[in-house]
Amino acid sequence: MNVPEITEMAIDAAYRTLRADAEKNGYRLNPDEEFVKNLIRGLLKNEQRYGYRACPCRLASGKKEEDLDIVCPCDYRDADIEEHGACYCALYVNDAIATGKQRVAPVPERRPPRSQRGKAASVRVASTTEKPIFPLPVWRCKVCGYLCAREQPPGICPICKATKERFERFV
Amino acid sequence: MLYALSTCQWCHRTKVLLEELGIAFDYDYVDLLEGKDQDAAMDEIERWNRSGSFPTLVIDNKRAIVGFREQEIREAFAV
Repeated sequence: MNVPEITEMAIDAAYRTLRADAEKNGYRLNPDEEFVKNLIRGLLKNEQRYGYRACPCRLASGKKEEDLDIVCPCDYRDADIEEHGACYCALYVNDAIATGKQRVAPVPERRPPRSQRGKAASVRVASTTEKPIFPLPVWRCKVCGYLCAREQPPGICPICKATKERFERFV
Repeated sequence: MLYALSTCQWCHRTKVLLEELGIAFDYDYVDLLEGKDQDAAMDEIERWNRSGSFPTLVIDNKRAIVGFREQEIREAFAV
């Protein structure tokens, strides 16, 4: 199998984009640039072999629909930054870590184990098939929590730019 | 035995630390295993670490350290 190498140029370009997006949206990247670039190498590697940017610190299945929750930025980022100061792989961190006032510590895995994946989602779908409360369904972006009431979720989250497939029916 | 991912920076740091400490260890990059081999590795990891996360370091088939817990790893191998 002939796999093209991931170049430093591609990593630098992705780094600049990620950093600009993070700053624009109120997030902070890990201040250790080399560490971040190594994570980006992993993200690009995953994009190359799976077709999507799965978290480099988690095992992807190769089936995007099973891994949407771990496509970077993952569904667990905000909660982990809130509780532990960093997301699971520590690409994104809080202000204290970004400014060197706090150190990154290991973040326990928040993603459900293999045997329990997908169950919470199916329960939620079941409970929302009852009688509608509002004239329109409410959709929630699983990455940033943005809510909107419309027939279909937006193609791109207007807040964090996550794609349509990252939305869930909320009400 | 170190269960790791080839793309994971915390796995990388764990591996470097073990090398620094001069520990003899085997490791698997589970993302590079395929099919049944990968499933078998995951089953084994989950015996020690229910969340099935990486890195999982199994020491002498007796205990596991999950994540890059530098102090804990150093203490585990302190003479």
